[in-house]
Amino acid sequence: MNMPLYLILIPFLPLASFLFTLLLGKNLGQKAHWPPIIAVVTSFICALIALNDVLHGTHINSDLYTWFESENFRASVGFLLDELTAVMLIVVTSVSSLVHIYSVGYMHDDPGYYRFFSYLSLFTFSMLMLVLGNNFLQLYFGWEAVGLSSYLLIGFWYHKKSAADAGKKAFIVNRFGDFGFGLGIIIIYLIFGSIHYETVFAQVGDVVGHTFNFLGFNVDLITLIAILLFCGAVGKSAQIPLHVWLPDAMEGPTPVSALIHAATMVTAGVFLVARCNPIFSLSETALNLVTIIGALTCFFAATIALVQVDIKRVIAYSTVSQLAYMFIACGVGAYGAGIFHLYTHAYFKALLFLGAGSVIHAMSDEQDIRKMGGLRKYLPITYVTFLLASLSISGVPGFSGFFSKDEILAMAFASPVGAGKFAWFIGTVVAGMTAFYSFRLFFLTFHGEFRGTEEQKKHLHESPPTMTIPLILLAIGAVAAGWVGIPEILGGSNHWAHFLEGVVGHPHFHLDHSTEWALMFTSVAVGLFGIFLAYVFYLKKPEIPVRLGQTFPTLYQILFNKYYVDEFYSAVIVQPTIRCARNVLTAITDGKIIEGIVNGVPRLIGNFSTILAKLQNGRVQHYAAVMAVGAFILLWIFM
Amino acid sequence: MVQILFFYFAIAVIGLGLTIVNLKNPVHSVLMMLVLFFHMAGFYLLLNAEFLAAVQVIVYAGAILVLYLFVLFLVTLREEVNISPFIDKGYWVGFVIAIGMFVTFIKGIQNFTLGKHGHDTIEAIQQMTHTKAMGKAIYTTYILPFEIAGLILLIAVIGGIALAKRERKGA
Amino acid sequence: MVHLSWYLTVSAILFCIGVFGFLTRRNIIMMLLSIELMLNSVNLNLAAISHYMEDLRGQVLVFFIVAVAAAEAAIGLGIVVTLFRHRKSIHTDQIASLKG
Repeated sequence: MNMPLYLILIPFLPLASFLFTLLLGKNLGQKAHWPPIIAVVTSFICALIALNDVLHGTHINSDLYTWFESENFRASVGFLLDELTAVMLIVVTSVSSLVHIYSVGYMHDDPGYYRFFSYLSLFTFSMLMLVLGNNFLQLYFGWEAVGLSSYLLIGFWYHKKSAADAGKKAFIVNRFGDFGFGLGIIIIYLIFGSIHYETVFAQVGDVVGHTFNFLGFNVDLITLIAILLFCGAVGKSAQIPLHVWLPDAMEGPTPVSALIHAATMVTAGVFLVARCNPIFSLSETALNLVTIIGALTCFFAATIALVQVDIKRVIAYSTVSQLAYMFIACGVGAYGAGIFHLYTHAYFKALLFLGAGSVIHAMSDEQDIRKMGGLRKYLPITYVTFLLASLSISGVPGFSGFFSKDEILAMAFASPVGAGKFAWFIGTVVAGMTAFYSFRLFFLTFHGEFRGTEEQKKHLHESPPTMTIPLILLAIGAVAAGWVGIPEILGGSNHWAHFLEGVVGHPHFHLDHSTEWALMFTSVAVGLFGIFLAYVFYLKKPEIPVRLGQTFPTLYQILFNKYYVDEFYSAVIVQPTIRCARNVLTAITDGKIIEGIVNGVPRLIGNFSTILAKLQNGRVQHYAAVMAVGAFILLWIFM
Repeated sequence: MVQILFFYFAIAVIGLGLTIVNLKNPVHSVLMMLVLFFHMAGFYLLLNAEFLAAVQVIVYAGAILVLYLFVLFLVTLREEVNISPFIDKGYWVGFVIAIGMFVTFIKGIQNFTLGKHGHDTIEAIQQMTHTKAMGKAIYTTYILPFEIAGLILLIAVIGGIALAKRERKGA
Repeated sequence: MVHLSWYLTVSAILFCIGVFGFLTRRNIIMMLLSIELMLNSVNLNLAAISHYMEDLRGQVLVFFIVAVAAAEAAIGLGIVVTLFRHRKSIHTDQIASLKG
């Protein structure tokens, strides 16, 4: 087992800190943040060492501990270190470290201080196990563990009913996706006889064209596996139709939203698709499905974000939309571009969330942007960092978001996958919408007149350094992180794509330079137009959006109520399930059948024994008679 | 000749048996029993077992029945004569069971075959007198059961005293 | 010539009469008497077989059975006396305190 120490430390330091903080954190009081911060920052340093090793060509793929082995099924804890893993490690540990530091300030007076940090450590451990795994079982373990951490953290303020409900909703909706995911892993084991990536990916080419009998239908095997794996990704990354949990997850504290629902957990779905790219690449149908779902979710979420009024919800829908971009990239075969966007998005989205947290903190926990405005004067650092993040997400040239989003759109346009051009079109339109709603949020929050109460105005203050320093660091990331992927036409040498080539392959399609320039120009133009439109609507002529809302009231209602998807699910799935549980399962199965058996068997025995007890009436002659009968029955048998 | 005696004894024994179980007054039953024992002794005489006949009369008729009579007089109450001697619904149950057992036994008897004959022929016994023959058998081959029988009788004596003793107040 | 089976039949009849008496009489002493009847029938059985088999074993056994029957009668009657002293009754259907 040639595993270097730093690789083992990366996930297990946060695990140790989780246990330590959970068990002993209460005694540490306000100092409970030290063990987790030390653990996760050390993990980050180890991740840097890992990256350095990978840059020099090291690849590690070995099992650390075999839990059990049965015929050819081996359940083990193993680590796979390649370029893709190194990227994910850097993203997870860096954002996690910054969120830990930010939480020191944000969660300062919370009674559950130590619990929060222990859960954050648990989450970091789970995500790292997911990313480092070299077999599907460890991936699934990490998958479920991040789901658990998400539930614990969303419902962190468990006294609030809406928070507890949101935690449950996240976990249950994820379960739907994980069911398909689990089936996919089982089929992988049945077909390939192993669940380790190395073995599976090596053999996947041999089963092209095979069919599998699924529920009576003969479907193409690879398509089936890919679609089942994608089910998990849809759940975890909040794509249609399992997107409903992410906006509700905003009930959790803002650092949680930044870490889990922006940078790391929700990207696990994209990571899954990228990691399993040998499987996906062999199935045209699955790739098309991924692209189309990505495109639809992208548009859908962006339209909802246009009219939301809760600062965190806008950013949440924005996350869903950006994740969809990553899926579009993977769907058209440009996995490298998808991971690139994952990487840049982690920084600017985390920055947006943490900035929003700073605003909420300053506004004494007010989250409605209609009551904000003019915060520029009071929160200068937050203002500047938020602006940088918004520029990045809008795809303004020079910022990291521009490079990654542009890469995706170019690849989508050039791809031979059928849905590619459709995805490109939707992506470009949504780029405009993204710019629009991001800057709507920005202008409404930071510019104009303050629309809140006098009480809130008195408390407005910039956040303490524990909160602003992470903002600044993330801003550097939001601006500069994309510079490793500057495409050739702009003078860079696209280090990123070359770096990941070994793992995710290189897309086999190219654009000529003039088309690429044209596409770039289109997306930039659309983005700048979006910013301009937001400027007009919300700074210059604020009566326009009001009048638009009155002219199209139905459309506005539909968008404001998130297309009534939650209500639909409630009516079709949730209520019938509750009713079935109450009236059928509790009343009949539990009440009558099981209780009937549990009570009935003793009653039967009781009745039977009452009958038998009549045999013993205390009279000797009675006993003698019974004996006589028995004796001569025996005599008859033996004669 | 032997046959006539046999039939007489057989009918007497059976008749007496039926009478014993059906009489109301237990004292009468005991007296009938006495007569029955004498007829049993007669059976033994027919079988050339004089010693057994003697033992039957001495022990059974002479000792056991006397004991029964003593206890009967000790525990009988006046109301005996008015109530039915049989337990409720017991008559028919007992009757059926008895008939069942009888049928079973008859079936067994039909299939009965004797085993290997021993050495004590009737002539040998008659020559030695039955008592001597029995004595020889008991005191040599069957000495152990003899001793155990003695022990049982000892226990019976002690038991009898212990059971029937009255609690003495004081001392 | 008296066949062995006749003796056995008489013995069987007597035994069944004894069983009948045991199962039906109300008086405990009558029950015990029926037991004596049964024992006697067995004695007859054994003696007859021993005679026809020309082996003394059966008669020796009869001897011991008589001895044991005497002991048993003594103890049984002792128990009846004690029972009478406590319950003032010797009717079997009234002594059923082990009823379950």
